[in-house]
This record gives sequence, C-alpha cells and structure tokens, in this order.
Amino acid sequence: MTHAAATTLAVATNENLANISNVLIYSAMAVYLLAFFAHMAEWLFGSRSKVGRTAAALTTKAIASAEAPKVQVKGGTAVLDRPKVVVRSAAGARDVPDGPGAHGGDEQGDLYGRIAVSLTVLGWLVEAGGVLTRALSVERAPWGNMYEFNITFSTVAVGVYLTLLALKKNVRWLGLPLITTVLLDLGLAVTVLYTASDQLVPALHSYWLWIHVSTAIFCGAVFYVGAVGTLLYLFRDSYENKLATGGKPGSFAGSVLERLPSAASLDKFSYRVNAAVFPLWTFTIIAGAIWAGDAWGRYWGWDPKEVWSFITWVAYACYLHARATAGWKGRKAAYLALIAFGCWLFNYYGVNIFVSGKHSYAGV
Amino acid sequence: MSTKTDDTAKADGPDAGSGAEELGAAGSQLSTAPVEDAPNLPALGVIGWARWFWRQLTSMRVALLLLFLLSLASIPGSLIPQSGTDEFKVADFKKAHSTLGPIYDKLGLFNVYSSVWFSAIYILLFVSLIGCIVPRTWQFVGQLRGRPPAAPKRLTRLPAYATWRTEAAPEQVREAALGLLKRRRFRAHAAGEAVAAEKGYLREAGNLVFHVALIVMLIAFAGGQLFKSEGGKLIVEGDGFANTLIQYDDFRSGSLFDPDNDLAPFSFTLDKFTGTYERSGPNTGTPRVYRADVTYSEGADGKPKKTAIEVNKPLEIDGDKVYLIGHGYAPVVTVRDGRGKVVFQQAVPLLPVDSNVTSTGAIKVLDGYRDKNGKKEQLGFNAFFVPTFAGAGQGNMFSTFPALDFPVLALNAYHGSLGVDAGIPQNVYQLDTSKMKEFKDSKGKALKQRLLPGETMKLPDGAGSITFEKDIKQWATFQISHQPGDGWALTGAVAAIGGLAASLFIQRRRVWVRATTGPDGVTVVETAALGRSESAKVPEELSALVALLHAEAPTAPDGPPSADKPAGSASATETEPAAPGQAPEAESPVPASVEGAEQQ
Ligand code: HEM
Repeated sequence: MTHAAATTLAVATNENLANISNVLIYSAMAVYLLAFFAHMAEWLFGSRSKVGRTAAALTTKAIASAEAPKVQVKGGTAVLDRPKVVVRSAAGARDVPDGPGAHGGDEQGDLYGRIAVSLTVLGWLVEAGGVLTRALSVERAPWGNMYEFNITFSTVAVGVYLTLLALKKNVRWLGLPLITTVLLDLGLAVTVLYTASDQLVPALHSYWLWIHVSTAIFCGAVFYVGAVGTLLYLFRDSYENKLATGGKPGSFAGSVLERLPSAASLDKFSYRVNAAVFPLWTFTIIAGAIWAGDAWGRYWGWDPKEVWSFITWVAYACYLHARATAGWKGRKAAYLALIAFGCWLFNYYGVNIFVSGKHSYAGV
Repeated sequence: MSTKTDDTAKADGPDAGSGAEELGAAGSQLSTAPVEDAPNLPALGVIGWARWFWRQLTSMRVALLLLFLLSLASIPGSLIPQSGTDEFKVADFKKAHSTLGPIYDKLGLFNVYSSVWFSAIYILLFVSLIGCIVPRTWQFVGQLRGRPPAAPKRLTRLPAYATWRTEAAPEQVREAALGLLKRRRFRAHAAGEAVAAEKGYLREAGNLVFHVALIVMLIAFAGGQLFKSEGGKLIVEGDGFANTLIQYDDFRSGSLFDPDNDLAPFSFTLDKFTGTYERSGPNTGTPRVYRADVTYSEGADGKPKKTAIEVNKPLEIDGDKVYLIGHGYAPVVTVRDGRGKVVFQQAVPLLPVDSNVTSTGAIKVLDGYRDKNGKKEQLGFNAFFVPTFAGAGQGNMFSTFPALDFPVLALNAYHGSLGVDAGIPQNVYQLDTSKMKEFKDSKGKALKQRLLPGETMKLPDGAGSITFEKDIKQWATFQISHQPGDGWALTGAVAAIGGLAASLFIQRRRVWVRATTGPDGVTVVETAALGRSESAKVPEELSALVALLHAEAPTAPDGPPSADKPAGSASATETEPAAPGQAPEAESPVPASVEGAEQQ
C-alpha cells in the first residue's frame, strides 16, 4: 500500500516537473520572440550613415588608407617608445573594414541591440531551466527523443553565441538569424515533435548516451553557428565583389550587408568555428561506435545514422582539407562547408523522419 | 578542379601574403604539403606515364576529389535497403521494383559498402594517402634535423614586422634574442646577422599522426572483416550453449576465419530472462529492462560463474562478446498419445510478431506417437500465443501487453507426415501441412482451441491430447561475436583525434631577429614573424617577444632619421593606434579588383 502511494506521489511530482518544463519552454519562446523584435528594431532604426565604407575602401585607395582601422594587438601595454608591430594582410586579399554592426553606430539602434541581447540572455536562462526540469522529470539526460534533442540543441546554440559575446568577440551580427532559427526550431519542437516525458528504452540505457549525444548536440550547435557565418559570408562576398567591379548593389543589400563584418572576417570566423569542433565531431562518431559495439554487437554497421555521420565527417574533412592544402579560401570552400552542414541537418531530420534504422528514436 | 584551382592555390596558398618567391627558403616548407604542379602531359613511355599517374594520384587535388567521391558514394547505401543489414527489406524492394531491382543488383546497390566501386574509391584514397604520407614523413624528419631557414633579405615583406634602433651592440642583441627565443621553446640558431627560429612542429607531427591513424583504422577495420565471426543462438531458460559451430542457429564469418581453431572454447546456460515494461502512461508497453541471468565457464573446463547480460552490457568471455539481442516466450506443452503415454514434453520457442509479443510457431511431434490403432504417425500443431489476452469476445487474438499477464495459447492440430525426412531444411517455426490432415471436431469443423495455462485440448476419437503447462518459459537470442582488431581500431581512433587536435590548434611559425650596424653606427633591430596561415596570434606573439627584447635593447634616444621612415600603406595596419609612421614601405600589392575599378 505505502509503496504504491509513494510511487504515485513520485509520478505526480514528475508530471508536475514535466509541466513546469513545458511552461518554461513556451515562456522562452515568448522571450525569444521579444528578442527577435528588438533585433528587428535594431536593424530598422540602426543608422545607415556609414553605408559606403566598403565601397570607399574598395574603390579609392586614399580613403581606404585613411579609413583603415587600427588594430590593437593585445600583448603589451602602451609604452611610448615601444616598437610597433606592423601587420600586413595577405596579398591579393581585399582590404575591407568590418561593417559597424546592425546598429550602424546609431545610438537608438545600439540600445535596441542591447535590449535584444539582454532578452536573449533571459530567454536562454528560461529555456535552460526548461531543459533542466525536463531532465529532472525523467531523472535522466534529456536526450531521449527528437523533442528533447531540439530544445537542447537550441539552448546550446544560443549558449555558444552568448559565450562568444561574453568573450568580447564581434558576433552580435549573429543575433537576428540565430534567434529567428531558434524560434523555428522550438516551434517545430512543441508542435510536431512533442513527446510526453518518459523513460528510455533499454538500448538507450548507457553512459555513452551522455557522452555521445551531448557531444553530438554540441557539435551540431557549433556547426550551425559556423554555417550561419558561411551563409552571410557568401552574401557579403557577392556584395563586395559587386562594389569592387563597379556594380551598384540594391539599397536593401547596401543597407543590410554593409553593416556586417567584412567577407574576410566572416570567412575566417566560420573556418575557425568549424575547425574547432571538427575533432569533437570525430570523437562523437567514435563514441557512437563504441556505444554501438556495446548495444548492438558491432561498432560499425552502416546503419543510416552512422552512414550520414560518416558523410558529414567526410564533408567537413573535405572542407578543412581544401582550406589547408589547396588553399581554397572563399566561395568554393564556403560551398563545401554548407554542403557539410546540410549533411548534418539531413542526418538529424532527414534520417530520423524518412529513413528507418536502428537508432531508437528514429521516426520521431 | 581546372587550372583556375591552381591559380587560387597560388594566390592565397599557405604562404600567401608573404610574397613567397621573394622569401625564398624562409617561406618554404612551413608544412610538408606537396606542391601542386600543373599537369604536364608527358610524351613519355610507360614509366613516364606511370610516374605521371602516381603524381596525379598523390596530388592534393585528386585526394580532395576522392574524399568528396567517398561521401557521395556512401549516400545510396543509406537510402536503399542493404542486404548486410536487412535481407527482408531487400527482398521486399526487389518484389516491389521488378525493373529497378535487377539493375540495382548489377550495380551493387544492395551491397554498397562492399561493392567494387565503393572499395575502389577508398582503396585509391588510401593508396593516395600512403603515397602522400611517406614522402611527407621523410621531409618532416629532414626539417627536424635541419635548422630553421635563414632570414629573408627583406623582413618588411613578412606579415608581422617590427623595427627599432638601439645602442646595444648587434652581437648583444642577437645573443639576447637567441636566449629569449630558446627560453620560449623555439628552435633557434644564429645565422649571419640574424637569428632564425621556429616553433610548432607538433602541428606537422599531429597532422602526420592523424593521417597514419586513418590508415591504421582502415587496416583494423578490414582485418576485422576478414577474421571476424558472428553467430546467433536462441536459448530457452534452463538450456545452455557451447561455442562450437554446430550449436549456432546461424553463423557468418570473414573469409580468413578458421571455425575449427578460432572459436574460443566457452559455454553458458541461460538461467532466467527478465523483461519489465512500462505499465502506464502514453508509452505503456515500452520495454524498460531486459536482463538475462547466465552461468558461464571460460575455456573447456573453467569454473562456472554467474553474471547478467543486458542490452548495453555484453558478456566478454575468452575475447569474444556475447550480446543479448532478442527475447520471446516458450510455452511448455505435453503431448500424450491415444494410450495416455507422454510422447512429447518440451518448451517450444515461438517467434514474436509484434511489440506486444504476440507469437506464432509450430509444435512438431516427430516420433514416438502412435494413434489409437497403434499406427506410427507424426503430429503438428500451429501455435498462436499471447502473453496478455484481450479477453474473450474482445476482438482478435493479439496481445495487448508484452508481459505474462493473461497468457493464452491457441492451437490447431494436424496429423500425417511433417515432411522432415524429405531432406529439405525446414523452418522450425512453420508447419508444412501439405502431407497432413487437420483434426476435425465433432461437428466436422477444423479443431481449434484456446487454452489457458493448465488446460488440455483433447484430440478427437481418442487420438490423444495436448496440455498447455502452467510453467511458461522465456527464451533469449544471443549474438556471439568474435571481432579481432577492435583494439587497433580504437587506438587508431584515439590517435586520430589527438593528431587532429594538434594539427588544427597548433600554429607553426617562424621568427627572425636581425641586428645590424646602421650607416650612422647605431644598431638597427628588425624582427619579423611568419605563420603557416594568417592568424592574429602570430603578430601577438611577435609583439610579446619584441617587448621582452626591447627591455634588453632599448630604443636609442634619438629617433631614426626621417628618410628611413617608411610610409604608411593601405594594407598595413599598425598594432598601436597613432603610431608615428613606422610601417614598412608601401609595397602592398594593390588588389586586382581595384585596378579593374579604376579602369572603368
Ligand atoms: C582519408 C582521407 C583523408 C582525410 C579524412 C584527411 C583529413 C585531413 C584534415 C581534416 C586535414 C586538416 C588539418 C589541418 O587543417 O591542418 C588534413 C590536412 C592535410 N592532409 Fe589530409 N586527409 C585525408 C587524405 C589525405 C591524402 C590522400 C593526402 C595526400 C595526398 C593528404 C594530405 C594532407 C596534407 C598535406 C594536409 C595539410 C597539412 C598541413 O596543414 O600542413 N590527406 N587532412
């Protein structure tokens, strides 16, 4: 009797926690939506007065040299007679200053941008709370099905972005595209993918679940951030190309793309991000293979999920290889990076939904 | 991958921005990557062609192409059913697509990962890899043995540069720089008027380790395929298994596996199988725990030990692994003949057909049975079993829950010849009724009955009976795998990650410090740094070095004559704001695109 009562009680608490988790996820979506509007306001009210810097840098040498930003290298305090280290950029590279950011130097725009970032922090805390209560409600890692995977994924992606911001990296331009897609991701999670909180099937009972799935989510989130950078790079690069060859970009492109960092900076950003997680992605696949060895009796069996992880890995290897050896900077490498991220996405959504395999949450 | 590629490679290649030609040896060999040369179609003999082919195969362009092809080639295998993973799906597919099926078969699309074309790609890739790795390793050893290259003539052309005048003597500056660089773990030496230093060899080492580890992993994987064995065995509670070929239900092995000598001598008995299932909520019926309690002994006559095998916890015996793969029920039935003699008493494993373990199978009484006239005959029963019956009148005979809550066994009975003597291998779970007659009940209808545990079905006309005993056993299927090369694959994988991390996170760079006596007798110090790729870290590091060196050789009180001052340049950015023009001469190349713009 008492035992049964205790069980019922525990179940009730868990259901409570699961409900709290749902409320938190919906609240996070509401806060992100506000952040989205604030970012829109930042872009709309941001000044366009600086528009034309890129064009100037690309067409007039004199202005370019006058406008060239001074790079402060960390590493020494400013002693008056200390010799300066002069940095030269690559031969043949365009020497274009980074755009001023969404606010475009406008105070009101900047204010909206700051509000957006603050709201993002708030939304992120609420979302993280949602993931945590979900985990507590099932007393396990919250990665047993696609719903849980989705909410964790966007939490990590926003976390990566906020960490980069906290490290004073120039990444606020990521804000709008990131929040937009996070909203899509969460919308998909709560509508199509929602699964009531529950225990795991035996094949998922393993500490490799923690290792393999957590790194997979993390890598995906970072690859995603890299892909956004790559995509913006492609737009910005066309814009600079157009300017450099004397073309006139449309006023929308002029206004929006002008405020992004230069193509070279975006390219470098996405390369670094992708290169930094590639070893972890390699580890993720190997951890998965070890787990498969324990769960299914073979460490590699060309299950669709395994195949697509492998394809993703090869595609990213191809991208890094192209950059390291053939010196493919720029558009060609960018296409490879996007293909690689497309493979990752397909591995997640496509394989789970369209292809059936051994992975137990396949088929949502 | 046309000549355009080569152009880009030259323009922004590894040493881009340093004016590679002018740097000469200083900029060379900052990596061991092979130099791309345009295909120079030879008018040569066989050897010439072979050499040309080899050069192409081991070139980066082809390596990239093969890498890309490999990922493309793995796609069909994930979309088309594969016979290695699921024979049934392949059969279904062939049935459904009568024209595509044979074409796919010819193309090896049901067997992508062992098809000729897939193998060709990865073998070419690995030949290319080996052809690339060997010379790169030699070159790297050469670089380790040699010394960092001497300073280029014009240090101002390097991506990071600093200069100042000092009263310290040139030798003094060089000595200080040498000590400083060595303390910071640079390989440094004095060459003429300059000190040359290099650091970050671990990057190259890591890169080589990574590529070698790929080869190790491939060999381990391939070796594993050749020497592996894998077999399945269904065991009912209370029964055992000894690891010999005849005991397996099915067995596969690599072409170099020797079943007479390579099977480890061990045995085990399934004592008890436990399955628990979710009792409530939306996921009612989902399995929670599967556990097989076994007693095993290692070697031919090892001591028996007890353990449990779970889904993620295989049992390791004698280097082989025993996995728990599936489970089901085996009702125990007793068959009596017309005279009441027990002719069959056994647990009969039935195969589950759905996730609630609705099971079907056949009970075959091969010998011992005589009908009421004493004539020898064989009996066969089609069995349908549900662990949880929905209740009489509640629709069909499908289970509503996977646990043994309300077990019911439904039977219909046949007599005649089971046809097992025909020499054709028979499915033990199916009854071949072509030479059998169905028993009829008193109304002339086929005899069919649902039994609860303990109940008996009487065969008509005193032909005997069959009893569904109260003791219902469970069975489990096990996979016994022998997979050599695991250890190697894992070692390779760990080395690959380590090597990759070193290769991606460590920057290989060179620093030069030149100290000469200027025309006015004051020492001029010039330092410059060059990295494998453009990175903010290189100037940062140079800046830190300059700060330290400057402390030992401070700036001479009077500034340099203005004629020496280089002008600012478009692509030169200074590291501290408002620096009075100390940038190098404006030699920066004008971007081609700018010229284009001016022409318009
Ligand atoms: C199995 C296929 C291969 C994979 C997965 C692979 C992967 C990689 C990766 C990820 C890098 C990037 C490391 C970095 O950025 O420094 C790299 C670099 C490199 N790889 Fe490969 N590679 C493969 C085959 C080859 C082959 C066939 C060759 C030779 C033809 C080769 C030669 C090189 C070279 C020269 C580098 C650059 C070394 C440096 O940065 O100094 N690789 N490889």
